[in-house]
Amino acid sequence: MDEWVEGWRIPLGTWVEGFVFWLQDMFPPFFNFLASVLTGIYEAMADLFTWPPVLVMIAIFGVLGLLARGWKFGIGGAVGLFGIQLLDQWESSMQTLALVLGSVLIATVLAIPIGIVAARSQVFSNLIRPVLDFMQTMPPLVYLLPGIFFFGIGEVPGMLATIVFAMPPGIRLTELGIRQVDQEVVEAGHAFGSPPGKILRQIQLPLARPTIMAGINQVIMLALSMVVLAGFVGAPGLGQEVLSALSRIEIGLGAEAGLSVVILAIYLDRVTASLGTRSGLGLSRLVKMR
Amino acid sequence: MAAIRAEGLYKVFGRRPDDVVRQLSEGASTEDVVAKGATPAVIDVSLDVQPGEIFVVMGLSGSGKSTLIRMLNGLLLPTAGHVHVGGKDVAELDPKSLRQLRSEQMSMVFQHFALLPHRNVLENAGYALKVRGVDKEARNKKAQEALEMVGLSGWGDRLPSQLSGGMKQRVGLARALAAETGIMLMDEAFSALDPLIRREMQDQLIDLQQRLNKTVVFITHDLNEAMRLGDRIAVMRAGRIVQTGTPAEILREPADDYVAEFVKDVDRTRVLTAAAVMEPASVGHDEYPAVTPDTLLADIFALADQRPLPLAVVDGENRVLGIVNERNLLHAMVSSDAVQGRNKEARHG
Ligand SMILES: Nc1ncnc2c1ncn2[C@@H]1O[C@H](COP(=O)(O)OP(=O)(O)O)[C@@H](O)[C@H]1O
Ligand SMILES: [Mg+2]
Repeated sequence: MDEWVEGWRIPLGTWVEGFVFWLQDMFPPFFNFLASVLTGIYEAMADLFTWPPVLVMIAIFGVLGLLARGWKFGIGGAVGLFGIQLLDQWESSMQTLALVLGSVLIATVLAIPIGIVAARSQVFSNLIRPVLDFMQTMPPLVYLLPGIFFFGIGEVPGMLATIVFAMPPGIRLTELGIRQVDQEVVEAGHAFGSPPGKILRQIQLPLARPTIMAGINQVIMLALSMVVLAGFVGAPGLGQEVLSALSRIEIGLGAEAGLSVVILAIYLDRVTASLGTRSGLGLSRLVKMR
Repeated sequence: MAAIRAEGLYKVFGRRPDDVVRQLSEGASTEDVVAKGATPAVIDVSLDVQPGEIFVVMGLSGSGKSTLIRMLNGLLLPTAGHVHVGGKDVAELDPKSLRQLRSEQMSMVFQHFALLPHRNVLENAGYALKVRGVDKEARNKKAQEALEMVGLSGWGDRLPSQLSGGMKQRVGLARALAAETGIMLMDEAFSALDPLIRREMQDQLIDLQQRLNKTVVFITHDLNEAMRLGDRIAVMRAGRIVQTGTPAEILREPADDYVAEFVKDVDRTRVLTAAAVMEPASVGHDEYPAVTPDTLLADIFALADQRPLPLAVVDGENRVLGIVNERNLLHAMVSSDAVQGRNKEARHG
């Protein structure tokens, strides 16, 4: 009996391989375009973050922290980031920051419209739910493989994996935020004759803003958690440092790079968490959706 | 011509609504179709709302009032039947014309105010005008005027969260007034307010209505409110209108037990006296038929043929204490403060 069942085998692996080869044959311009967009965004950001003198950058981060949460956090943030410099991880950290923010930028630009459509269409919402589960639970190493295959090693497959892995909460919380908006207020928009697009921009998005911001905060945190994996496929930054610490069993370097990730994560988390509320002195108002 | 005319309106939620409408119109009972899983929220409702009147729809919660009022401005489409506003069939308008109708002819006031929490009071009051594309200056001027009408001048730069419930609803009212539409739809607009504030808002609406003469469809579950505000009242029960009439007609001749139950409460005519319901007036003691302060309303009604209204309420020394007119009497039939007035008087006497 067992032998008989063993004869059953779905050749899923072969199919996927065939599909990937086919994709590569059919759409080379598309993949080239994708690669150059991702590389372009990464390099622009990495240049931006590494170009100014370290202390200037730290001061800028400090001021952003101050605007977002107040002077205590501003100073604390600057001190923490200065710690990264003392650990000699500044350049890698800025590369990681570029990788993370570049991926988050793309993930957000995709997630918000998808979330909006999901909030408006129950059918679409039901359709994407399993896709989102898939994106979040499929071990990222698995889709890093075809990524390397298409794009070679470097920042591109790393960013792609980060985008796929980090995007779902952005979509989910955008959808949730819009669905949670007081229906009577939305109805008031309709009752006074406002067209749906304006209701979205003038009522639903502003009222969903805290939830959407919480989603973006989640996206950033998930993106940071992919840093080391991205290093595995050759993306520059702290992931590379961790990787070389691993391969050479350099406990010290591993600790330094790891601690730098933690500092970056805490800084980004606190700053973006404040964007959803009005606690900050001004940054939340600067980015307020209109 | 009626400002709003509804003919044979049905709204059925749930599966196969058209079949349910057919069954209902062929005589199936509501229970039958509910048992099959449908929710008939509005059943065969026809009504005419005349220009310049306050038309009240009253019924218990769940009787279909909100569904009905939302079909009037096309927020919900009828499963069957027609709504005509200014001669146009609302269901046949394309989305753009429908939006135009709402923005130019019908404004709405909501039970829970439905203000934009991220906009200040002035911006909220001017919202309808913004939707219509009125430029900022003209918009703010109109919004300011509307805020003055509801007694909120000087509050323009506050956020809704800084206002009390009554004030929020004044903003809701100002938003509808600033739109300068001929028709105002008010869905339980005062139901979320404390009784005292509610009275104030009712008085304010009556006052505004005397100046502005709008066509108002006012929804409430409160008979006192319906009687105070309504030129005519339609009583709804389980999706159907069971009676339409003036407050007096409804008080005197409730169409069925359901309406009678609303009206019943107490036999106020045997409780209230002329002194309790009169209003102050300076008239001579022989200008109107005279009654003593302790005359029961029942006696006033019984002798109405020989003593047409209004009546002068005159004390033992021929001093006129006040007059009683038809409005006082009708109001007294439903208002609890008249009863308190009587008790006070009894203690003094
Ligand atoms: N969108 C809807 N879907 C299903 N049932 C509804 C919907 N809206 C209202 N109903 C039902 O229709 C009936 C009438 O509701 P409603 O018009 O809100 O009554 P009222 O305003 O008089 O309290 C209720 O039984 C309610 O549950
Ligand atoms: Mg209701």
